[in-house]
Amino acid sequence: MSTKLIDLQHITKSFDGQVVLDDLNLYIRENEFLTLLGPSGCGKTTTLRILGGFEKPDTGRVIFDGKDITDLAPNKRQLNTVFQKYALFTHMTIAENIAFGLRIRKKSEAYIRDKVSYALKLVNLDGYENRMPDSLSGGQQQRIAIARAIVNEPKVLLLDEPLGALDLKLRQDMQYELIRLKNELGITFIYVTHDQEEALTMSDTIVVMNQGYIQQIGTPEDIYNEPQNAFVADFIGDSNIIDATMIQDRLVSIQGVRFACVDTGFGTDRPVDVVIRPEDLKLREIPEDAGEGSDAYEEALNRVRKINPGYLTGTVSHLIFKGVHYEMEVQSGGYDWLVHSTKMYPVGTKVFMSVDPFDIQIMHKPESEDEQAVGVEDI
Amino acid sequence: MKKVFSRLYLFIIFIFLYAPIAVLIVLSFNDSRTRAKWGGFTLRWYAAMFRNETIMDALRNTLLIAVLSALIATLLGLTAALSLNRMKQRKRTFVMGIINIPMLNAEIVTGISLMLIFIALGQFLSRWGYMVEFGFGTVLIGHITFNLPYTVLLILPKLRQINTSTYEAALDLGASRFLAFRKVILPDIMSGIVSGFMMAFTLSLDDFVITHFTKGPGFDTLSTKIYTEVRKGIKPEMYALSTLMFVTILLLLLLSGVRGNKEKATVNSSKRRQAV
Repeated sequence: MSTKLIDLQHITKSFDGQVVLDDLNLYIRENEFLTLLGPSGCGKTTTLRILGGFEKPDTGRVIFDGKDITDLAPNKRQLNTVFQKYALFTHMTIAENIAFGLRIRKKSEAYIRDKVSYALKLVNLDGYENRMPDSLSGGQQQRIAIARAIVNEPKVLLLDEPLGALDLKLRQDMQYELIRLKNELGITFIYVTHDQEEALTMSDTIVVMNQGYIQQIGTPEDIYNEPQNAFVADFIGDSNIIDATMIQDRLVSIQGVRFACVDTGFGTDRPVDVVIRPEDLKLREIPEDAGEGSDAYEEALNRVRKINPGYLTGTVSHLIFKGVHYEMEVQSGGYDWLVHSTKMYPVGTKVFMSVDPFDIQIMHKPESEDEQAVGVEDI
Repeated sequence: MKKVFSRLYLFIIFIFLYAPIAVLIVLSFNDSRTRAKWGGFTLRWYAAMFRNETIMDALRNTLLIAVLSALIATLLGLTAALSLNRMKQRKRTFVMGIINIPMLNAEIVTGISLMLIFIALGQFLSRWGYMVEFGFGTVLIGHITFNLPYTVLLILPKLRQINTSTYEAALDLGASRFLAFRKVILPDIMSGIVSGFMMAFTLSLDDFVITHFTKGPGFDTLSTKIYTEVRKGIKPEMYALSTLMFVTILLLLLLSGVRGNKEKATVNSSKRRQAV
């Protein structure tokens, strides 16, 4: 994980006057599983198509292994693509599909036979050589598409939402398959998806994109735990994003209550956005019959204060059972907080609500609409 | 009772449709010069027809024109369909409209306008001492003109069905653009190309109006030959010739019908396999 294998430099691309990519800069290291993640229309697929050679950027260069390949035709590139809708050749058998690239490279028949059966084993479909693509299920077809691409031993495999058409269970199985394949083959994967869970599960590096700009680049943990702006926080998982004021280093005021936090360098008395993940909010029932000042009340309050000197009080307004956890909404200060907890608090329960200082993520407020979509380099 | 009537109704329809042709076929085997009476079965009109050199000439012309015009129209139609396929929806609809108009146009208008353009072209070229000779060339061009829309119409839908990423996948796997087209696109649209060719061939084979206006003197296809012969008085050879034309076209239709069914059958069976 060291050398830059691919370097995208100042890539700009527009279709019919609509800017899809604006001065995109991104490098990809060898052996990396990199995911381009974003909502539809964010430019992730266009980035992939530029890498594959199916689109030419308006400006900017694509450097592959030290060489400029910006103007190189797709068939001359050492990359192979797995397409969203499999794109198998329907009039050819599975074996012929997989052998397609090898035949063009004029490999010997014996070599091709070996390679095809090896590729089929790799995707757990040995014995399917003489079947036709139509007779396979969606998941099987996608495996064939992957086999057809990797049999050519590309340096990089591009995957364009390859699991998008599969059902949930199959998608999860295929995620493990892909990780296994990547480890066995030792090649670079560039993966495009709009599914944040898929991105978090498989990637070494996630590139979050929106409106043609890169929002954040980082490991799945970075992206999840320390989103750099409200877009990333909102897009990756559920989160509470609230207006707050940074009073000074390590102290933030949320709904007028001072909370300890760990962030520094935001200045004093500055408006900021605060992100708190629903599973990080800690609830404790307020012992109502005991009343304020009673021992039980004080004990509960002390326990809450141990987590963070600051706390909020609120009322549970919604409750849904989600399997592993309960999803609740807690009304406090005019905001509905989303809370995930393994403990159930019935609707109407009055609760203390607190959060560990480490779990409060402070973000700069965007100063204008435009800035919401600014590249990370500029932040 | 209802059933009897519906059968009768169907029977009457078939009588209307096929009685004239049936009469023609019967008369072509009639060993008597008058149409009024049956003089026994004979093949002599067929023999006479094959001995008649002007008819054989016309047959050669007809087949040559049909094959060539169908071939060229299919090629042109294929290239047109390829570029239409890459157009944006609105532009494509517009261009398709323009292509479709000659198909709906009265044939006689197409014929006359083709004749006029050849005359005009002849006059224009005569300044440099060239001339446009009415005959094989002009008829061929005329036939290509009216065949072209049909081939586009039959090939384009096949292209529209293709998943564009299969072409890109072929490029991605190292195929040149030509190879990707030949290996991936062509097999998928072959049925459209074949039916386009057959359609063009059939249309060209029995065209009269456009041929009539573009042929000039001394050149005949079967349909114009029959027309001139019939004006001189109907000879039984003409029945034989017409019967042969009918049978040929019927065979072509059956052939393309069988092809179509086969295709449907494979699609169905693959669907069934998928369901299993």
